[in-house]
Amino acid sequence: MESEVSETPIYTPYHPRWYRARVSTYWWSRRWAYLKFILRELSSIFVAYFVVLTLLQIRALTQGPDAYARFQERLKAPVLVALNALAFFFVLFHAVTWFNLAPKAMNLRMRGKRVPDLLIVLPNYVAWLAISTVVAWLLLR
Amino acid sequence: MARDIHGGGLAPSAVREMAKRSNEPFLWALFSAGGVVAAFLIPVLLFLHGLAFPLKWLQPPTYQRELALVSHPLGRLVLFILCFLSLFHWAHRFRYTLYDGLQIKHLNEVIFFLCYGGAVVGTALAGYMLWRIP
Repeated sequence: MESEVSETPIYTPYHPRWYRARVSTYWWSRRWAYLKFILRELSSIFVAYFVVLTLLQIRALTQGPDAYARFQERLKAPVLVALNALAFFFVLFHAVTWFNLAPKAMNLRMRGKRVPDLLIVLPNYVAWLAISTVVAWLLLR
Repeated sequence: MARDIHGGGLAPSAVREMAKRSNEPFLWALFSAGGVVAAFLIPVLLFLHGLAFPLKWLQPPTYQRELALVSHPLGRLVLFILCFLSLFHWAHRFRYTLYDGLQIKHLNEVIFFLCYGGAVVGTALAGYMLWRIP
């Protein structure tokens, strides 16, 4: 008696699959909240840019007064001023969103009650102001 | 601190992969510490050195003064911590920007090593450069 079973088994096309809607690469452009999220994420690029700028400044400082004067002169180029203005906007955005998110991440409790958001956010801003003042005083006095 | 979104809404396979990676909380802690340091220090430093001094809004410190500030042990320490943590902050956040923002999910390993590898190299470079200041 000959077998009807073929050498290669035939699979049914109905094997289970996850349904996952394709997400567009530009999904964040549709709503302000999403755009804010992606801008906050992109701020990290300018944080890294600041480190590069700082290391270049330290290198110029190490090389001597002439090299440092050249470095300062180069920073006056309109392209670099524009880049620094953009970077400043992004690091400011990072700072503000970071401080505002702090109470959501910390969730401090006192006597069984959640500490009000303002009590966590406000000290952050006060510390920010204090630190900025000290740094500015050190560089400007 | 302040990391409510990353890690949410991942595919089951990605969640399993992350659970396997036990260094994720450690990397998150570095990211978080970097976020704090960057928020406190970078705006004022970038405003002064990148805008106020080049545009002559304010008088920049002399070479001697800037060198004295940077080469002071405390100055070196603060700058090293700032560079180190800021770079790891960048590495973590940028990795997830590519993952969630740009939906790049097939280059996970490459992005992982480029981001944190870049942060490690940058930190070593910062340490070396701050060390050799006269």
